[in-house]
Amino acid sequence: MKELRYDAVVIGGGAAGMAAALEIDKAGFTCAIVEREDHLGGILMQCIHNGFGLHEFKEELTGPEFAERFAEQVAKSNIKVYLGTTVTDINVQTVQYEKELICASPDHGVLKITCKSVVLAMGCRERNRGNVRIPGSRPAGVYTAGLAQRLVNIEGYIPGKEVVIIGSGDIGLIMARRMSWVGCHVKAVVEIMPYPSGLTRNIVQCLHDFNIPLYLSCQTTNIFGNDRVEGVEVTPMENGALVPEKAFRIDCDTVLLSVGLVPENELSKDAGVELHPTTNGPLVDASLMTNVEGIFACGNVLHVHDLVDWVAEESRFAGKQAAAWLRGERPLHQVRVKAGPNVRYVNPGKLDPSRDNKVYLRSMIVKNDAVLELRLDNRVIKTIKKGHIQPSEMITLSIGPKELEGYTENSALELALL
Amino acid sequence: MRRELTCIVCPIGCSLTVTDKENGELEVTGNRCPRGAAYAVEEITAPKRVVTATCRLGPAGACSESDSKDPIYQRMRRHGLCDPRRLPVKTSAPCPKEYIDELLSEIYRTQVNPPVRRGDIIIKNWKNLGLDVVAVRALD
Repeated sequence: MKELRYDAVVIGGGAAGMAAALEIDKAGFTCAIVEREDHLGGILMQCIHNGFGLHEFKEELTGPEFAERFAEQVAKSNIKVYLGTTVTDINVQTVQYEKELICASPDHGVLKITCKSVVLAMGCRERNRGNVRIPGSRPAGVYTAGLAQRLVNIEGYIPGKEVVIIGSGDIGLIMARRMSWVGCHVKAVVEIMPYPSGLTRNIVQCLHDFNIPLYLSCQTTNIFGNDRVEGVEVTPMENGALVPEKAFRIDCDTVLLSVGLVPENELSKDAGVELHPTTNGPLVDASLMTNVEGIFACGNVLHVHDLVDWVAEESRFAGKQAAAWLRGERPLHQVRVKAGPNVRYVNPGKLDPSRDNKVYLRSMIVKNDAVLELRLDNRVIKTIKKGHIQPSEMITLSIGPKELEGYTENSALELALL
Repeated sequence: MRRELTCIVCPIGCSLTVTDKENGELEVTGNRCPRGAAYAVEEITAPKRVVTATCRLGPAGACSESDSKDPIYQRMRRHGLCDPRRLPVKTSAPCPKEYIDELLSEIYRTQVNPPVRRGDIIIKNWKNLGLDVVAVRALD
């Protein structure tokens, strides 16, 4: 077994992993990226549509272009990249913050990497039919939207002809356009909530352009077919209850599921990292460090983002903080952050009152002319006009020493949407 | 004539209504900002979209048929994978909507032989519309 040693190891070579590793490298520490696939870039390589990079590069790029720009920086750096290599275990030693990673790859065999700091950047995975319990038979032709995306954009297979998409997440909407562009007939998008769960521009450019109907407040109550999908049954909901007499059938041979993403944290759990019950990502402090000293998390493994630009920004910060931790720097004080009324979650869970903190939060409601209220120990310290808010668009803001003035050791900052 | 559309300039997503005035100009209502009006006028008069699609890859890219010594291809053969088999491309400028189907057929007909670099022009100045089709990733 080959044994290696680095100051820091980043698990995952997507946008998050590359952004974090570049910062650790810039700070002068030795760093490795361990990536399961045979290329850097992660899921971006199959996201061939454009719209990435507006914040990061001030231009609209496709996923592969965004990924390659980062990969080129990695190639120029001193970062060591292990492709086709899977981390199977993170063992946290009790002495001096040492961590030991067990990795396996066809090229290197089993590797043991010891390091002081680990950055978790494994991304997320799609929820599937089992997760959302769609009744019916189990024929061929049911795919998650991301799998269909890979088949079409990378492997060159078209998974069907007549398509129904369940869930209106962004990948489902993007796939509605892609399937239409490769010659399929997309018959409907079915969404259980009364509002779409994807970004508005995707609804317009991916559904309206192709006259694809979007059924809101509708549940898929059956999938028909023996060998191959033959159709789905859609039942409208009124006041939260199904109305079976209004159910209707849509014939199709393919069903794509776009029903949410879950951070991929099996490795983190094994390492003793505590998870947030709402985000399913690690609980992190003001420096994006988990409860395990020296283990940081960023990108979609921490919480699911809607823009890769925010992933890159958050991950650069995590990389900087991992480097600071390696230098022995720790925040002197931290203030707890709580999700208040109408806020589904806030990340990170703590703030450093000595500097500006970038805070990400997700709304539970759809509202125009909303107000974001910051309350320090039940005292309103700031209100921010937010215009339009909806769960699918993440809200970001900066909170610094000015807002946190007068905090005490037991202070908590509550964020509320009104 | 009266047309309804949803603004995509920002996340608010205003419901816009566009009506023809007697002097031939378009009147936009429902917008909360001037950018919405500009979007609506362009969307009605000359709608355009950036098109992304994939081209077929030539023999060197089809790794099952390739005897490349590149370790990545060797690994793919070992795993029975053939990755990637398509080259992703995009238009260098937005394409008028009415030409999109024809452009897609042209892209699907095109075969590219690696190596390809990001930004390489695959189809130049298509139909003199002032737009190229360019590769968005490198493939060896």
